[in-house]
Amino acid sequence: MTDGFSATVDQLIQLQGANEISAKETVQIYLDRIQQVDPEIGAYITITEETALQQAEAVDALRAQGETLPLLAGIPAAIKDNICTKGVKTTCASKMLASFVPPYDAFVMEQLTDQRVVMLGKANMDEFAMGSTTENSYFHPTKNPRNPQRVPGGSSGGSAAAVAAGEAAFALGSDTGGSIRQPAAFCGIVGMKPTYGLVSRYGLVAFASSLDQIGPLTRTVRDSALILNAIAGHDCRDATSLAHPAEDYTRDLEKGVQGMRIAIPREYFGEGLSAAVKDRILKTAALYEKLGAELVDVSMESMKSALAAYYVISSAEASSNLARFDGIRYGYRAAEYADIDELYKKTRSEGFGREVKRRIMLGSFALSSGYYDAYYKKALQVRTLIMNDFKRVFDRCDVILSPVAPTTAYGLGEKCSDPLEMYMGDIYTVPVNIAGIPAISMPCGVDADGMPIGVQLMGPTLSEAALYRAAYALEQEMNGTESGGVKNAARL
Amino acid sequence: MRQDYEMVIGLEVHVELKTATKIFCSCPTTFGAEPNTQCCPVCMGMPGTLPVLNEQVVEYAMKAGLALNCTIASYSKQDRKNYFYPDLPKAYQISQYDLPLCEHGYLDVEAEEGTRRVGITRIHIEEDAGKLIHDEQKGTLLDCNRCGVPLIEIVSEPDIRSSQEAKAYVQKLRSILLYTGVSDCKMNEGSLRCDVNLSVRKKGVKELGTRTEMKNLNSFQFIQKAIEYEFGRQVELLEKGEAIVQETRRFDQASGKTYSMRSKEDAQDYRYFPDPDLVPIRVLPSRLQAIQASIPILPDQRKKEYVQRYAISAHDAELLAADRATADYFEMAVGKTQYPKLLANLILSEIARHTDKEAIRIPINPGHMAMAAQLFGSGRINSGTAKRLVQMMWEDDRDPETLVVEEGLEQIQDPAILSAAAQEVIAENEKIVRDYVGGKKAAFQALVGQTMKKTKGKGDPAQIQEILRGLLDTK
Repeated sequence: MTDGFSATVDQLIQLQGANEISAKETVQIYLDRIQQVDPEIGAYITITEETALQQAEAVDALRAQGETLPLLAGIPAAIKDNICTKGVKTTCASKMLASFVPPYDAFVMEQLTDQRVVMLGKANMDEFAMGSTTENSYFHPTKNPRNPQRVPGGSSGGSAAAVAAGEAAFALGSDTGGSIRQPAAFCGIVGMKPTYGLVSRYGLVAFASSLDQIGPLTRTVRDSALILNAIAGHDCRDATSLAHPAEDYTRDLEKGVQGMRIAIPREYFGEGLSAAVKDRILKTAALYEKLGAELVDVSMESMKSALAAYYVISSAEASSNLARFDGIRYGYRAAEYADIDELYKKTRSEGFGREVKRRIMLGSFALSSGYYDAYYKKALQVRTLIMNDFKRVFDRCDVILSPVAPTTAYGLGEKCSDPLEMYMGDIYTVPVNIAGIPAISMPCGVDADGMPIGVQLMGPTLSEAALYRAAYALEQEMNGTESGGVKNAARL
Repeated sequence: MRQDYEMVIGLEVHVELKTATKIFCSCPTTFGAEPNTQCCPVCMGMPGTLPVLNEQVVEYAMKAGLALNCTIASYSKQDRKNYFYPDLPKAYQISQYDLPLCEHGYLDVEAEEGTRRVGITRIHIEEDAGKLIHDEQKGTLLDCNRCGVPLIEIVSEPDIRSSQEAKAYVQKLRSILLYTGVSDCKMNEGSLRCDVNLSVRKKGVKELGTRTEMKNLNSFQFIQKAIEYEFGRQVELLEKGEAIVQETRRFDQASGKTYSMRSKEDAQDYRYFPDPDLVPIRVLPSRLQAIQASIPILPDQRKKEYVQRYAISAHDAELLAADRATADYFEMAVGKTQYPKLLANLILSEIARHTDKEAIRIPINPGHMAMAAQLFGSGRINSGTAKRLVQMMWEDDRDPETLVVEEGLEQIQDPAILSAAAQEVIAENEKIVRDYVGGKKAAFQALVGQTMKKTKGKGDPAQIQEILRGLLDTK
């Protein structure tokens, strides 16, 4: 560890526990780092400096009294700005909610508060989590800490950049079609999309309810498991929350991959995948083989239809979920209007950005009478096929290995003009959300420009512990290598 | 003209379920609270909040469905009905679209030509919207207290053929729902609201005509008036050779007329789709059985029993059975008298005096009521005294036998006393007597009445008539 802000959550736990650093000192290091680099990176929308220091002082006071503290006490975190934080603006990076202050905490915030995690601020994102670059933020784009000319990915780009730049020890993001995994890959960190229902969605501003899931963005696999330990759990306020007994996701980390069967699906290595990414992912697969895993060549036919099904389902749900932003009760309201219809039209035309409006229109169309069967119903059928395909593969394999994204992080503004090309970037991540299964994204090397490449490991429902075990084995193997170097906070 | 046509009516009835808390959150459902004091982030549709289904709602809806002879779906789901309106915080209503909880039921109603069966297409669960309050000074205000109050929508087949039948259907529905205890069905508080779909066709024609819909009729009177007006309007149009426009019409209470609100062309596309925040509703056979077992004996069965066991008329039996509290009361009292028909008469005639009240609770010990019937039936008091006695007990619930003794209400059956009274009446009413003897039969009742009066209403009416006839017919 060269700088304080490069420490892992695990290291900070040890240091604070041994009284080598106080919570307040820790938080101050991160606040200083934010002050130093965030004007350039733009990872945050809101910085909660004052409450962060108060929370840290409270942790130190308790520790001084000899209290037994929760494991994550005093660990500084960034929270994606679509996760409701009581008394703190939750904007979804939209003009529509630019001044919205929720009177309640999301379930995950309650969990982190119980753990006495210190929130540094609210992380930037694509508006309402729609986008792959964080350029769709109403406030400002976020830049990739590995190269500020490049995008950090999205939609949890602020969360990923904050962790990669040392502006937070960990972050929470949300993943509807890859929004945790892809920015994690672009920024060279670890991103976990848990099983649908493992983490309560209560208080997560919905994009696509059947696909959304909250998860951690961290520098290491162990950190990811530690954070998941804290945020997973049943919540009676979310009807889709699983009644799954608590697990310790760190328990199998060191068990290795000996005998593990890793599927390599052909459909994930076809046209559109950049040579550098393909090469690195195949080398990673070979590395697993060297570590004792068995590689299995598989085919998953339904993946070809996954992207189309994803954009129909997610947009349809979004068109309904975002209908409540009508200017009546909270959020933005147009200044002038003649009647109620004009109030709606102007408020929504002015309050939403282009990408959000595009998806609302797409989704409304897909659900319209006369088109429902051809689009929405068909997409649900594809969803079943995809689930079956995954099930078939998991009947004989433990995990599936694939790239996270077809390319490494590209230049800011490069893909803004072509939404379809942007959507294509989600091709490897959306099947996981459609099937509701967990997947982890972790760094496995860099391209010729030094930009991180991410590998994705997918597992069956509730196989998080196995995914962490496989990811940890790779992480240990690559430690100290040039490819593993991206783990540290970016030098800025 | 009108007589050449028949009306075809289907009803959609919305009923608020009387669960303690709302359908998707734990806010109370009490009626009439201060605006916006019974709402939370969930029912106000705040960002990030999620609905969780109140299981009591499913249970009540199933209860209603079983009481209305429906099949209960072992698998049903909830869907979003998307539309913008300021009283709908999420801009969608959670309802049920293609897989409702209950289907294929029916209801028997008493119509002019006897019992008629009205089919029930479906019953589904959904959430109520809030209330807009239009204030001249402050503009339009929103009260979210009603947002998320649980409703069932009961959709009938187009089996109803008259406004009386429509009324009878809603009355029967109300009676059954009150029996099951799932709703208080107060039309004046909006916990039972009725939409009427109506079309007309020439008698003998099989095809259905174009229908119109009249929304939110909240009294029996309005339902009947709206139907009669709309029937006349449609017949008139057809007679003029004009087409009926499929549309939603508003019933104006003041004028008794219906006015066009929006036509089918303006009809919204609700973009129904399964709500991804909620899981499907699965009903296990064991649960279905438990709910079936919890359904009380319903009015039709009670009515049948009253007719068969106590020889009460079908009309009176229907009235007695319609209200659960009244029927329970009757059943508590009936074992204590040998005169069940007289008991039924006493109860019904007394209740008829209190029709202004929505729910009637008889404040008389059922034993006392039975005793009154017994005193009447055995001849100790006459029918007028029996009714008076019930009124006295309604005010002050005392033992009727004591009342009869204390107040000296016993029927006078002594021929000497009655004969003396009759002779006095004849002597004092020469003109009426002449009229009667001259052939005016109606004059006789006046003489009976006068004689009753002489006995302070306590005379035996049958005996008085007999005595008077004897005295007058010798003249």
